[in-house]
Parts: sequence; structure tokens; C-alpha cells
Amino acid sequence: MYKRQQLVESAVHGIFLLLGLVTVGCVLLITLYLVVSGIPAIREIGFVDFLFGDTWASTGEEPKFGILPFLLTSIYGTAGAVLFGVPIGFLTSVYLAKMAPAKVRSVLESAVSLLAGIPSVVYGLVGMLVLVPGIRKLFHVPDGAGLLAAIVVLAVMILPSIIKVSVTALEAVPKEYEEASLALGATPVETWFRVSVPAARSGIAAAVVLGVGRAIGEAMAVMMVSGNAPNMPGLFESVRFLTTAVASEMAYSSGLQREALFSIALVLCFFVLLINAIMNAFLKRNREG
Amino acid sequence: MEAKMISTERKLSIGLMRVMPVLASALTCGVTLFLIGFVLFKGIPNITWRLVSTKVSYLAGTIGILPDILNTVYIIVATLFIVLPLGVGAAIYLTEYAQNKKLVTAIEYAAETLSGIPSIIFGLVGMLLFANTFGSCLLAGALTLVMMNLPTVMRTAQESLKTVPANLREGGFGLGAGKWRVVRTIVLPGCIDGVVTGCILSAGRILGESAALLFTAGVAHTLNGFITGLASPGATLTVALYLYANEPRPGAQEASFAIAAILMVLTMAINAIAVMTGRYFRKRRAQ
Repeated sequence: MYKRQQLVESAVHGIFLLLGLVTVGCVLLITLYLVVSGIPAIREIGFVDFLFGDTWASTGEEPKFGILPFLLTSIYGTAGAVLFGVPIGFLTSVYLAKMAPAKVRSVLESAVSLLAGIPSVVYGLVGMLVLVPGIRKLFHVPDGAGLLAAIVVLAVMILPSIIKVSVTALEAVPKEYEEASLALGATPVETWFRVSVPAARSGIAAAVVLGVGRAIGEAMAVMMVSGNAPNMPGLFESVRFLTTAVASEMAYSSGLQREALFSIALVLCFFVLLINAIMNAFLKRNREG
Repeated sequence: MEAKMISTERKLSIGLMRVMPVLASALTCGVTLFLIGFVLFKGIPNITWRLVSTKVSYLAGTIGILPDILNTVYIIVATLFIVLPLGVGAAIYLTEYAQNKKLVTAIEYAAETLSGIPSIIFGLVGMLLFANTFGSCLLAGALTLVMMNLPTVMRTAQESLKTVPANLREGGFGLGAGKWRVVRTIVLPGCIDGVVTGCILSAGRILGESAALLFTAGVAHTLNGFITGLASPGATLTVALYLYANEPRPGAQEASFAIAAILMVLTMAINAIAVMTGRYFRKRRAQ
């Protein structure tokens, strides 16, 4: 009887161990598949020609696979989204964490979590029908679909991530810091901006990096508003991001073209992992104070 | 008295610092309200009984989204069915069994990495792993979504496992129960709130997911039962929205707005449910 129970116990232990290892397995599987399917094309095209080639003509007579336009578009697009999104998100989080009365706060919080829950295709649809024509009329350009429209959509989409993480960081600032500042004669507003914000800076930095990660990984919404031509980035130019480059040709690609798409995914994944590592470093610093 | 002590410059900067956050919050709120208002205003008039109760008919030239609605339900059910045991099991291993610190760090790091990977990458790997081996179908999509939602379920289950008081476990052991019995009868019932929260969060994410499904679950609009549905390709609501938004045929744009409105209402409903269950469980725990 006792032996049988021991057997059951160790079997159960083994099962839970396996379930725990599934996550690790997923990550390894994804990495393995991306590397294995992404490396051959980079080898064939040449590392430098692939990363820094400025023309992408995958279906041309003499196909060219340079992803510099996508790389730059992703970088510019993300930078633009951060430029708009971070100030608004940061200030909103200060209001939420420090200034808002309880009722306003709960309304604003549910607005933010709704913003986080809206599917990206809905953002894309609204961008397609409001933003794109709006940009065309406002700036008198032939087509409003392009980098600027994508930047605006991304800026809105990264707001909730930035706000949520910043609010958590701001709320974790020890009360004593603020009380000391108030006792020294600073007004509450000055205290929030000159004491609380600097004390929460690692957490706020993590929020910004999280926003960067969200922006660089977004595909569908961007695909619907950015025009999707493999041009070098310009504010009103029709552009492709790393994500949309993969998504827009995957359905009909074959041979080297398909392999090159996997290589793009590998590059994208490299960026994302780098960003995650930076964010975790900031979060760790925030926890340690 | 106070007016003399605070210089005009300082007053100005205080005023500025007070106004900017309010303006930014108003902007955030305004954008959200605009999005909700615009989508509902444009979409709700297009939601007709025929749209939600039929499938696409090329003969009659009508668009129906019943298959897409069903596909969404199927894929949510299938994903949750697979991800729940995996996620909860992993959480139980981490909080109850694991002794090796390095292994715990590895698993938690893997979960963090997994939750940061963009959905298009999941779509690509899902295509290679599942769709290329047994064809693109809802099951391939569901398995892809399992990888995506595993960290969420694991983390929420872990959070609630941590709130199960240690003395309950000790009481169980003290009465002579084995580890498995304690886990089954004391720990598992204690993490039910984490499981429910994880379900709601995952359902919301699956509802809004499109990039990971485009190349794994396919784009067909055929009406199927649950089992045949899982084995055959099908578009979910989000994928259908994307397809119709880019389709030039008459009525397609209206259909995509109708889907957007439906998605918006469902998202709001899921958010409300999440808040309510959170409140309910907190109250129950306080008792």
C-alpha cells in the first residue's frame, strides 16, 4: 500500500514537472524553428546584402532581397509612436496615480483597459476609414496611407501598456519620500513631478520599453494603414514594416522568397528579445529601488 | 502670505504641471470614447439578422458571418481546453513542487519571453509547426494560441496559488495526506479564481487575435460543427473583418464595420466580466 502511494506521488510529480517544462519547450521550439528556417536565406543572399540592401523586389526578374527599407520603417515608425505615445501616456499615468479623484480614476482606468482590449484589426479599420482620408485631406497628399498613419495608430495602441506599467511604478514610490518633500515646502504638484517621478524612473523606463516592444511587433493594424509598398520610409510614403513584410507576402511566397520572409521574422525576433532583455533589466532595477 | 512666498515663475510651472496631466488624460479618454462611438455608430446599423444568422452566399451576393462567429467560439473553447491544464499544471509545479531554483528561473524566464513575442511570429511558427504538418485548420490555430496564452494562464494561476494559506496545506499534511492529495483537495480548489481570471483574459486575447491566425487557421467561411470545424480551415471574426475590409465587393465594408461593432461590444463585455469576477473573488476571500 505504502509503495503504491509513493509510486503515485512520483508519477504525479513527474507529470507536473512535464507541464512546467512545456513553456520552456515552446520557447526553444520557436527559437529553433526561426533559426533553422531563417538562416539559409541570409546565407544565400549574404548577411550585408540582406540587412543593408536598399531594394526589396522579391518577385522581380532578378529578385532582390534587401530589408533595409523594412528595418528603417520599423525603427522610424516605433520612434514616432514613442514620440507621441510616451508623453501622453506618462502624463496620463501621473494623473491616474496621483491626481485623479476615485470616481474619475475608475472611469479612466476602465477606458485604458478597454483601449488595451480592442482588437488590432478594429484599430486598423478605424485608421483606414478615418485617419487615412484625414491625412490625405489635411496634408494634400495623393494617398494618406503611409508611415504617418501607422505612427498615429501605433501611438494609440501603445498607450495602455505605457500607462499601466507607469501607474504601477508611481504607486510603488514610498510615501515617506513624498511626505518629506511636502514637509520641506514643495507643493503637491511639485512633489509628484520632482520626487515621485524621479523615484519611479526605472519603472517608467520599463513602460517605455514595453511600448517599444508592442509597437515593433504590431502587424495587422499597421498593415491596414501603411500602404504596404516596400519603399524607403518617408512620412507620407507608402511603407512596409518588418511585421507587415512577413504578413503581406507569406500567403503566396515560395522558394527563396519564402525563406527570406523567415529571415525577416528572425531579425524581428532578435529585436524583440533585445527589447525584452532591456525591459527586464529596468524592472529589476525598479524592484530593487 | 502664500502669494508672496511663491514666485510667479514657480506658480507658472506649477500650473503647467497641473494642467498637462489633465489634458493628457482627457486626450486618452477622448480617443477611447471616439473609437467606441465611431465603431458602434457605423457598425450597429449594419448588424442585421441575416448577417449574423447566415453564411456567405456568392449566388445571392449576401454576406453572412455566422460561420465566423462559430469559428471564434470553437477556437476559444479548444484553446482554453488545452491551455488550462498546461498553464495550471505549470503553476502548480512552480508553487508546490519545484525545489530547483534554477529550473524555476528558467521556466519563469521562458514565460516572460513567450509573452513578449509578437503574434505574427507565433503565426509563422504555428504555420511551420502545425499548419504545414496537418494542414491549416482551426486546431492548428488553437494550438498556436495555446503557446501565446500559456504565460497568461500560468501567471494568473500562480498568483492565486500564492494566496492559498500555507497552514491549510500543513493541516492536510498533518492529517496524513500525501502531496498529491493535498494538491488535489486543498490547493486546486483554492486557485479557482486564478483559473477563472486566466480564462477571461485569454478569451479576450483570442477574440482580438488575428495575425497569429491568418496563416494557421485559414480564411474559409464555411459552416461547420465543432469537430469538423476544428479539422477544417476557418476564419474567426477578426480575420473576417480584415478580409472584408480589403474586399471591393458591395456590402463587404458594411460587414466589416458590423463585425467591428460586435467585437467592440464583446470586448467591453469581457472587460466588465473581468472587473466583476475580480470584485466577487476579493469579497469572497475577505470573508
